[in-house]
Amino acid sequence: MNLSEAPQRSPVETARPNRGAAARAPLWRRLFDRYALLLAWAATVALFAALEPRVFLQASNFTSMFSSQAVLVVLTYSLLVTLTAGEYDLSAAPVLTLSAMVVAVLNARHGLSIWPALLVALFSGAAAGALNGALIVGIGIDSIIATLGTGTLISGIVLWISNSELISGISQSLVNLVIVPRLYGLSFGFLYVLALTFALWYVLEYTPLGLRLLFVGRGRRVARLSGINVSRLRFCACVAGSTLAAFAGILYAGTSGAADPSSGDSFMLPAFAAAFLGSTAIRPGRFNAWGSFTAVYFLVTGITGLSLMGIQIFIQDLFYGAALVIGVTLSLLVRRREQRERDVAENTES
Amino acid sequence: MGPALKGSRETGSAEPILRLFHVTKRFGGTTALDDASLEVRAGEVMGLLGQNGSGKSTLIRILAGYHAPEEGGELEIGGRPVRLPLRPGEFRALGMAFVHQDAALLPALTVTENLRVGALSGRTLGPVNWRREAAHVALLLEEFGIDCDPFERVERLRPWQRPLLAILRAVDEVRRLMREGGVRHGLLILDEPTSGVGDVGVGRLFDVMRRVKDGGFGILFVSHDLDEVLAITDRVTVLRDGRVAGSGPTREIGKEALIEMIVGRPLSAVSPAPRESAAGSEAVRVTALTGPGVRGASFRVAAGEVLGLTGLTGSGFAEVGALIAGALPASSGDLRLDREPHALAAMTPRKAIAAGLAYVPSDRLRAGCVGELTIAENLALPVLDRLVEMGALKPSVLAEHGGALCRRFEVRPAEPALRFEALSGGNQQKTVLAKWLQLAPRLLILEEPTQGVDVGSREQIFAAIRHWAAEGAAVLCASSDHGELARLCGRVLIFRQGKIAAELGGSDVSLERMAYESFGSAAAIAG
Repeated sequence: MNLSEAPQRSPVETARPNRGAAARAPLWRRLFDRYALLLAWAATVALFAALEPRVFLQASNFTSMFSSQAVLVVLTYSLLVTLTAGEYDLSAAPVLTLSAMVVAVLNARHGLSIWPALLVALFSGAAAGALNGALIVGIGIDSIIATLGTGTLISGIVLWISNSELISGISQSLVNLVIVPRLYGLSFGFLYVLALTFALWYVLEYTPLGLRLLFVGRGRRVARLSGINVSRLRFCACVAGSTLAAFAGILYAGTSGAADPSSGDSFMLPAFAAAFLGSTAIRPGRFNAWGSFTAVYFLVTGITGLSLMGIQIFIQDLFYGAALVIGVTLSLLVRRREQRERDVAENTES
Repeated sequence: MGPALKGSRETGSAEPILRLFHVTKRFGGTTALDDASLEVRAGEVMGLLGQNGSGKSTLIRILAGYHAPEEGGELEIGGRPVRLPLRPGEFRALGMAFVHQDAALLPALTVTENLRVGALSGRTLGPVNWRREAAHVALLLEEFGIDCDPFERVERLRPWQRPLLAILRAVDEVRRLMREGGVRHGLLILDEPTSGVGDVGVGRLFDVMRRVKDGGFGILFVSHDLDEVLAITDRVTVLRDGRVAGSGPTREIGKEALIEMIVGRPLSAVSPAPRESAAGSEAVRVTALTGPGVRGASFRVAAGEVLGLTGLTGSGFAEVGALIAGALPASSGDLRLDREPHALAAMTPRKAIAAGLAYVPSDRLRAGCVGELTIAENLALPVLDRLVEMGALKPSVLAEHGGALCRRFEVRPAEPALRFEALSGGNQQKTVLAKWLQLAPRLLILEEPTQGVDVGSREQIFAAIRHWAAEGAAVLCASSDHGELARLCGRVLIFRQGKIAAELGGSDVSLERMAYESFGSAAAIAG
């Protein structure tokens, strides 16, 4: 259908055929927005390389940084899925702990072989996600409250099945599969993370599923009126998010060869910080895989560098706390600037 | 519907509480209020009538200190001149109180807490004697004949009791000021207080209003329900296009003349577009549709026809589209679309789309498209699976698809990477239409399709709708803009109180007839 036969055309519109150029930020600005976090990471690396050249610049320092943070990256991806769907999952870290503990209890204490133990761990994560989904979607509880409740419940279960003890002695084959250096000093754990990043990037950016999930998170009513089964997608996002958290738990068990009842606690805030900080980069304004990946390693590089310089352990909390606040602030500022672009677009119209 | 018309007593002799002269308000190039004057006297109910956009709300907002009028307007309260513009909130000290249609009560708190919150707001830590407060409230309830427990939570009251409480709270606060001195008369401004309260509620509300005015208050009653205005007001002022179209004692003016004032005679300015309804085969039949706001509506739409739906706010016309499309839950009713029957009680948006129905809601930014996502993404949403190439949704394909639609529907700028909310209202609407028309729907349901849309885009949207009807689709257009319906529709259904009250066709699809049918009962119409 062509509307060019429309009787009246607004004179402004004909006079200004190429208004689009005015309505978008210049290219350099958009490029800077995308890669600012990468630049910040590079700057951090350069800074510590200058301050602590002998220790910091060693290859082993980098490979250990990349490998040891697999758990955090995967937990961040778990949040990415639920945040994109518009839900806050505060039970992700407890699910991580549960999964690690299930592996430890079944494998180390009861002598179950490692593969069935891993399957049960993943399944326990999916079950926790289904419980969250039932509460959030089925009953309609706000996700923060629902997952605060289930998260605490899961922590209780962890203490119960572990007798509140650290359980070590997880099969060496899992440790080999996760943390032992293989390729150029990098472990398999890091390779899983890379594969997962590519997969998540593909799903969120290049599939109808990813775009539908985004619409569900940003405009539930629009999504519903456009024929999307919103309840099913939200439920599935809860299950997928918790399953990823359980996978992070498996990586944890493989990294340390043990599980303690508070393994996940220290990951919760960094994961949220990385997710929000990551949403300001690569694909600004959206939770995205490569942005989160960059954010995690930016944060870890900063902390590693500072601790190499002999700065106290409390720096970690300072750093992660500040990163969360700054990440959220930045993502708000990005939005506000786009708001201003919109005003520009409206003014050129009337 | 309302209670019997009651004679106005000793008006004329009463002194004016509020007098407003020569008030004008412009927004950019449009004049919302043009040299308007208004007088409200002690012990009377003054009605303020007018269609949407006539300037009623602008006038009220000037009194609330929300808008500053242009130079030259004058305001007198109790005979003393007051400087315009009023500061926000200054109206309180002048003895005015507003009751809006949402009543502004906190449902989880008790009647006493809600009614006394203003009186207690001056204190911070001092103890509150709740028994004494409740006794005060009980006296007030008794005085105005309202039967409810001061300790009951507001959410457990009947819906029609809420506006009554809001009125009582306003009266109570004005009286406190009068006791403290400085204010001689109270003025209550009721902004559409009757919407959604039902017949019983309207009767009770009028009862309370009469008691309030007998106590020496003046009341400004803003409404677009003619029957209610006739039943309760002593005098009435009608606004049309920002000007006072007429003013005087309600009984002397009468219903016919009031409608004439509201609608305005000069109709020559608008010439309805020629349209011979294609009189094609019946494409759509809706039978006994019932749901929130709508009771038993049945109608047909022919292929190629644009059927209009209109009425006053709350009359049910606005809900019909959402009920058919499954966006609101219908309790019963059937839809027949191209011979396929569908039970409307089980309708969902998903099923509706599969059946060949497209629903374009009035709220573009919250129901039509997602503002913070791009135009391309919004346009792709209903057809995502078709755009997958080699297992991926490529940005280039998305941009191409969006760009093509933008050009076809003349969306400016035709830049699909732009966020949807960056578009002007008219271009947003064209985008939403493009999103749905690409599915080639057999039934297109539109709600307020040109609300907040500039003149140029309006014509383009009309052209798109006509074009789509000419292609053989059935179009349903729900709108409160009668001018729009006169341009688009060959037939218009008028809703009153949830039911279809009239059907206009041919030359009867005029602004005058639509307004007449919307406002009044059909009894007086001869032909």
